[in-house]
Amino acid sequence: MSDSSEALATHELRHHFENMEQQSGASSMGMWVFLITEIMFFGGMFMAYLAYRYEYFTAWQEGSQHMDFWIGTVNTAVLICSSLTMAMAVLAIQQGRRRLTSIMLTITLCFAIAFLVLKGIEYHGHWLAHEFPGPSFHFAGIDPRHVEMFFVLYFVMTGFHALHVLIGIGLVSTMLYMNERGHFSADYHNPIENVGLYWHFVDLVWIYLYPLLYLIGHHHVG
Amino acid sequence: MEHIVSAKIYFTVWAVLMCLTVTTAAVSYLDLGAFSIVVALIIATLKGSLVVLFFMHAKYINVKATLLVILAGFFWLIILLLMTMTDYITRAWS
Amino acid sequence: MATATTVTAERENYLNASYGFRSWLLTTDHKRIALLYLISITFFFFIGGFFALLIRLELLTPQGDLVQADTYNKLFSMHGQVMIFFFLIPAVPAVLGNFLVPMMIGAKDLAFPRINLLSWYLFIIGGGLMLYTILTGGVDTGWTFYVPLSTAFLGTHVVLAAVSIFIAGFSSILTGLNFIVTIHRMRAPGMTWGRMPLFLWSNYATAIIQVLGTPVLAISLSLVGLERLFHLGVFNPQLGGDPLLFQHLFWFYSHPAVYIMILPGMGVVSEIIPCFSRKRVFGYEFVALASIGIAVLGFLVWAHHMFVAGISVYSAMVFSFFSYLVAVPSAIKVFNWTATMYKGKIYYTTPMLYAMGFIGLFTMGGMTGLFLASLGVDVHVTDTYFVVAHFHYIMVGGMVMAYLAGMHFWWPKITGRMYPEGWGRLAALTIFIGFNLTFFPQFILGWTGMPRRYHAYPAEFQVLNVLSTAGSTVLAVGYLLPMVYFLWSLRYGKEAGDNPWGAAGLEWKTTSPPPTYNFEETPVVTWEAYNYDDLPKEVPVVG
Repeated sequence: MSDSSEALATHELRHHFENMEQQSGASSMGMWVFLITEIMFFGGMFMAYLAYRYEYFTAWQEGSQHMDFWIGTVNTAVLICSSLTMAMAVLAIQQGRRRLTSIMLTITLCFAIAFLVLKGIEYHGHWLAHEFPGPSFHFAGIDPRHVEMFFVLYFVMTGFHALHVLIGIGLVSTMLYMNERGHFSADYHNPIENVGLYWHFVDLVWIYLYPLLYLIGHHHVG
Repeated sequence: MEHIVSAKIYFTVWAVLMCLTVTTAAVSYLDLGAFSIVVALIIATLKGSLVVLFFMHAKYINVKATLLVILAGFFWLIILLLMTMTDYITRAWS
Repeated sequence: MATATTVTAERENYLNASYGFRSWLLTTDHKRIALLYLISITFFFFIGGFFALLIRLELLTPQGDLVQADTYNKLFSMHGQVMIFFFLIPAVPAVLGNFLVPMMIGAKDLAFPRINLLSWYLFIIGGGLMLYTILTGGVDTGWTFYVPLSTAFLGTHVVLAAVSIFIAGFSSILTGLNFIVTIHRMRAPGMTWGRMPLFLWSNYATAIIQVLGTPVLAISLSLVGLERLFHLGVFNPQLGGDPLLFQHLFWFYSHPAVYIMILPGMGVVSEIIPCFSRKRVFGYEFVALASIGIAVLGFLVWAHHMFVAGISVYSAMVFSFFSYLVAVPSAIKVFNWTATMYKGKIYYTTPMLYAMGFIGLFTMGGMTGLFLASLGVDVHVTDTYFVVAHFHYIMVGGMVMAYLAGMHFWWPKITGRMYPEGWGRLAALTIFIGFNLTFFPQFILGWTGMPRRYHAYPAEFQVLNVLSTAGSTVLAVGYLLPMVYFLWSLRYGKEAGDNPWGAAGLEWKTTSPPPTYNFEETPVVTWEAYNYDDLPKEVPVVG
């Protein structure tokens, strides 16, 4: 079993690398470099959030009250669970357990899809409540203009995040497909590790989005 | 060569993350004034650190350059946020 | 392959290894990708240059009589966008960097060859969209896309232009990513950080900026697009949005972007000066660390583009302070290049002429940057031709000359042919004269009050404008000359040997043109960089 695993690894060694270790090391480092570009991409949005929160804190509190606390919290748990199963998928392939890898990747996909479904329900709810910015926006509470800005940030930040979840679904599905076709083994599984890194990053962004959007000043309710 | 993190560690991290999530949700109902955001960010950073260190294996990376890359990413984000806020915070001073 | 008959027996190299469109369009060889980039960016250089000529033509007379105001706004906007995003940003890294980085570190290719090819395709897609934007009327926001003009008031193709630049930005990010991983992980045995040629240090520093800065441009442009398309008005003043927030995000990238543009050029100069002084670089460690210093400090100065835009004066002071500081590492480099030349055996070859021109013109441009960093002076000259002159001294007098220096220096390695040296020197001189004639008057125009981005001006500014336009025609001729003789040299140029310049560096140890895998065997490096003490005192090919 390990012979064919090594053969697979040798087959996957690209000609410009000296050995598999150099290739894996380069591959991981490349993925991390890509992730820091994502940190800066989302960073611009966090900057906008921070500037306006500083200027319009009351509106931020007001807007946050109108977030769906339960969907937000459940979604946070969903993503954390998906990170667990993704990490387990990597562990499984490190041990050469292909079937378990596929199972873990599939469960990860289920959690990811659940996240998007809940998000869709949430967005729909906001749309019906006239909370989508633009001509249809209508807010009956205080400081409606700035509350509309809160919703702009909400949709932009969670929208880009959801886009990344969608891309992640594509990547994880691809890993599942390739694993089923026997492309990975204990000796070669860089792509799955890298997709794992991407997936955890998506979870990381949400870990910050959740308190910043959903948890501002609940004690002011009522 | 490649460090394999055990399932036990993953499950422990997962459990802590779930607890911290419940904690941050519950704490948001307390009136902490200006400290609310501080507590929320501390908890988020704890959660984030666990994800980065254990799920993303940052704790087990032995290539120093990769660690440098990770630190640089967060450091540069701080530059963006802090330096821009010097404008917003001091506008009222004039 | 024993061919005892002809002297010019064609050895296998990366150019003749395979033929046909597919072998080029699906190549993963970093050297071929470098040539694909070369052709692409040259094309865009001429597009950008064409807009420049129209601008200078309009500015011959005080009245706005060649084009309407809106059209003029489009001319300078497209000139800026094309030159910056589709020429200057990729020029040295994607052409010379792609070609040389693996060779200089003794590797067979970059870490991610397929990503390298992808970066070129992204460049082409972005470039194609930019061309389409131009053909369907262009944008008139300036290259800076300021809101709310770009989000709320224009009927031009803002989103299209933004998307094209977004995609080109991704190309830039991938190049940077590739260089970082390659330089960290693929150095040949014995090639320690302290033995790397400075060209690598410069490209590494550039890559850091590409990777950390460009994503913020991406989000800035995305937000403009979202506001235009979906009413998600992050910058909309009606919702309490702050136009300055856009400027903060935009300049967070766009200031470091100027270092993306100049650092690789500095790297080129750092290779050429020691070679044609036959001396080791003075203060190697300082020059290397100065590159990193520029990359880091360059991220702390962006709001000096916003001094009069309405930011807090206290914040402005912070940014002004850092803007002075960032000049220090650049100055260190200039001192070190000069000290390298001191008591060296100087050869005035074409690359050396360009490199020396770079040092002088970059210093002038950099120094005038310090004037702009001063809050008081900036209030007077911001948004005037002083700024235009300042950045053209750095970008054209500096960067374009460094690019030409590099193209001449490494042309023999890339093509196996020498360009005609006499014509090379003539072109360098023409460019130097044309450049100064074009842009020096603009300093004067600026401080005596002529605003930038205006197509009409008071009659008292005409003389200097005429001089500037005259200079631009000389400059244009100067740029055309290398096009002609480089192409000529491909067929008729003298065959270059492995190392016509007697230069230090691993790339000169292999054939010209190099084989597909760069080296017959992985080199083992046991010597320091710029070991000119061990190399011949004479430059083999001169004149």
